[in-house]
Amino acid sequence: MLKTQHALTKMACTIGAGAILATMPLIGQAAWEPQKPVEFVVMAGKGGGADKAVRLIQSIIASEKMAPVPFTPVNKPGGSGAEALVHLNGKKGDNHTLMFTLNSFYTTPLRQPKLGIDITTFTPVARMAEDTFLLWVHSDRKDINNMADFAKAAKAKGKKWIMAGTGKNSEDNLLTDFLNTAYDLNMKYVPYKGGGKVAKELAGKNADSTVNNPSEQLGFYEAGTTKALASFTDKRLPLFPDAPTFKELGKDYVYYMQRTVVGAPGMSKEAAEYYQGLFKKVFNSKKWQGYRTKKSLQGDLLQGDALMSYWKKERDIHEVMLRNMGAIK
Amino acid sequence: MLEILGLLGNGFLVVFEPLNLALIIGGCALGLFIGAMPGLGSVNGVAILLPLTFLVPPTGAIIFLAAIYYGAMYGGAISSIMLGIPGASTAVATTFDGRPLAKQGLADKALTGAAVASFVGGSISVVLFTFFAPPLAHIALVFGAPEEFALMMLAFATFVGLGGDDIFKTVFSIAIGLVLSAVGFDIISGEPRLVLWDITGFLHGVNFLVLAIGIYGIGEMLWTVEENALAGGKSMLSEATVTIARTMSNLRELVGIWKTMLMGSILGYFVGILPAAGATPGSLMAYGIAKQISKDPDKFGQGAIEGVCAPEAANNAASTGSMLPMLTLGIPGSPTTAILLGGMVIWGLEPGPRLFTDHSEFVWGLIASLYAANLFAVIINIAFIPVFIQILKTPFTILAPIIFILCLIGGYAPTQSMHDVWLMISFGIVGYLMRKLDYPLAPAVLAIVLGPLAEPAMRQSLIISDGSFMIFFERTYAGPIMITALLLLFLPLFKIGYDRIRKK
Amino acid sequence: MTVRTAELLMALMMGVFSIYLMVKSNELPIGWIEDEGPGGGAWPFWLSTVMLISCVGILFNWARKHGPIASSTRIYIQSHVLGDVAAVAAALIVTVGLFSIVGIYGSLPLFLIFYLRFMGKHSWRLTATLTILIPVVIFYFFEITLKIILPKGLTEPLFIPLYKIFF
Repeated sequence: MLKTQHALTKMACTIGAGAILATMPLIGQAAWEPQKPVEFVVMAGKGGGADKAVRLIQSIIASEKMAPVPFTPVNKPGGSGAEALVHLNGKKGDNHTLMFTLNSFYTTPLRQPKLGIDITTFTPVARMAEDTFLLWVHSDRKDINNMADFAKAAKAKGKKWIMAGTGKNSEDNLLTDFLNTAYDLNMKYVPYKGGGKVAKELAGKNADSTVNNPSEQLGFYEAGTTKALASFTDKRLPLFPDAPTFKELGKDYVYYMQRTVVGAPGMSKEAAEYYQGLFKKVFNSKKWQGYRTKKSLQGDLLQGDALMSYWKKERDIHEVMLRNMGAIK
Repeated sequence: MLEILGLLGNGFLVVFEPLNLALIIGGCALGLFIGAMPGLGSVNGVAILLPLTFLVPPTGAIIFLAAIYYGAMYGGAISSIMLGIPGASTAVATTFDGRPLAKQGLADKALTGAAVASFVGGSISVVLFTFFAPPLAHIALVFGAPEEFALMMLAFATFVGLGGDDIFKTVFSIAIGLVLSAVGFDIISGEPRLVLWDITGFLHGVNFLVLAIGIYGIGEMLWTVEENALAGGKSMLSEATVTIARTMSNLRELVGIWKTMLMGSILGYFVGILPAAGATPGSLMAYGIAKQISKDPDKFGQGAIEGVCAPEAANNAASTGSMLPMLTLGIPGSPTTAILLGGMVIWGLEPGPRLFTDHSEFVWGLIASLYAANLFAVIINIAFIPVFIQILKTPFTILAPIIFILCLIGGYAPTQSMHDVWLMISFGIVGYLMRKLDYPLAPAVLAIVLGPLAEPAMRQSLIISDGSFMIFFERTYAGPIMITALLLLFLPLFKIGYDRIRKK
Repeated sequence: MTVRTAELLMALMMGVFSIYLMVKSNELPIGWIEDEGPGGGAWPFWLSTVMLISCVGILFNWARKHGPIASSTRIYIQSHVLGDVAAVAAALIVTVGLFSIVGIYGSLPLFLIFYLRFMGKHSWRLTATLTILIPVVIFYFFEITLKIILPKGLTEPLFIPLYKIFF
């Protein structure tokens, strides 16, 4: 009995050692590569802006054979990304889990401290883009052609002025609060599920204005249904040359939505380097660059420590914003 | 008119390119099997196979995905009828009468009815789509939150009376479904809500599929295990046979209910067009109305073929309808079209009002492919009916473990979360115990589908109106829909009162 | 246990669950918010209240022995059936429990052997064939064709060579 047990232990040790040897990169051998399908968590639901970007990235990696294994998107939209964050946080040291993030990456841990998420423990992989925001109204509002008109019209209607957005305390809500304060307005914020729905509410005149991303309003804009009044960016967007920035209008306010790839906390150095190299290739691919131009995306590639300090900066900015709007104490 | 026919003709030339034709046939067959798996509906099918389409040109890609979509809509009926497990929310209404028919040994009749009705629904809707796209797109656009809520009320109203005899248990079932639908996250206040026992898995809410596979899959199978034990291990899921003569007589019977199918198709198409509604409310409403206009409403739920055909015609018509807002407005009418939309963006096509003019070849190729996909899906489906019937004849103790395994994987696959698998098993066991006490469970499953559509729409409307309920009655479209809904809701009460007065 | 007793227990359990849901809903405002309509907790709170009222109604019917269930003295689950149902339910729970330990390809074969051989009393030959065949089909259909990665647990390293072949 004892003998067989001993033999078994020995066998297990041999197999274990073999497995370690097999997975260990030998000197002079190729660098680290993923060995099994990579789980690519999306902090939002199927069909949204982040989901579309992930599926595009997945297709770029697959069609240009950039990686030996498939990347499989998994949507975890629960609790404004809380579920996705908890999931990734529980994968400490995992080399095969990535996440595609939005700004809820900053706001959700701030608003729900009970989750125990510290975003600085996550592995920075690559910031693929920053999405932009513009202020939109329906084209039939011939009386509104600039911010001054807008402020006048919105003021006249008071709280009957409907601003549609994507959920309470979301990015759209932050921007609405800014507009209300900066122009002394009393617009009413109505939350909807998803930016596409918001864009449609404006086109169907069920809302008076929105702060959509260009990708969400583009179809209506090109058809002449909606128009952009001003943009929350540093410089005017090439696609919307007639929409001034708020900086130009004398309000120093800039806001972007990050589109960043994040790795599990404690990912090995080799794996992190591999993914950083991979996403650099994706970033520079023709398809991704074409998508950026078309959707009017900004923001250069940021990786490693630069990305980490960007996170810290953005988190602090969001903390101040959330505190000002009373969403956190 | 002539111009449209010309464009459609060009579309057919695109479809009949060998590659595209192969993609349609392959897509229909693949979709049929994905749809027939419990848990995998058209949403997952399209999402999962999206990357495959990057190997072919955009027109071929959308044709392939549309074929999968159609195939999956046909396939959804198969597991609803054979196993009583709706593969997707769109097929829930099909189980109500499809499963009883299968139990009576008439699975072939139900399957044929579903296939034919799907074909009718698909064909009528695609014709409507061809000729009346732009004006209907306008209705979809002005349809806001108050209209959505009114529509949900109408959907609720059409299936009052679907419950059992015990009014308390029926109300309980509806209420628990609506409460479970509120679990997770409240978008209006931006706060997590009803995270039961603070388990993080509840943050993503209670998925419809988890409840449906739990109750109809696990629960129903446990029920059958019991029946099997009582019958001494001899029970079978269905004892249908297929012969040419039977098929012919089935088809003859279907001709007699053309009105029901026509009603389902038109209703499904219009509901499908409305953004966010999608095929599920359409199929439920079609079922409810089929029951109300039937000469023999008591037969519904006991195996009425109209009860299979109405929702099947409607859900296929709605799946075509939901492509309209996607193509013309860039707004998905259902989760599946949301993914198709993502695909189009990846292929470099910008959906929206200008798509019809800028990419006319693509649009008309897609419309023509819907005609073709519909035809191939019905042929493939009918051809496979004998195979399905043969599968049902496998002894229960072989089929049962396979179905259990498909349920477990079906519960896991959509969210890839073990939490959902555990939840599904809990629903299955509790559902089984409740069913033994005559709790009707279908209302709970319907409520969990409609709840997340109704509640936000109601609250958004009230925010817009500063809390006044008049918003549901004042608007052009919401008003008439809401009044119809209320009339339908109170109709049974009037009937009862009227009968009492007459008796006196 | 008779059906009548089961009816009472179920109604009591669901009543307690309704109260729990009411308490939990109360974490968000359940009242009317000025200019906004109902608060975030209102929908689930009032519907849980409806659940509770329904349970009280069921108990009321139970007390006056109204309806076929409340007056039934049949056995709720007969003992020779109970064994089968409980065994299957337990097997499902064990199978799912094993998912995260030995993975789906470790636990499904066990479930198949249990069901086919011990519940169904089929031959070892049929049992063995299906036990091998079904996981292989599942692997091909879900993992290779649809790229849905299923849980592997400890058996993960065994699949790395397979991934190399198929992807």
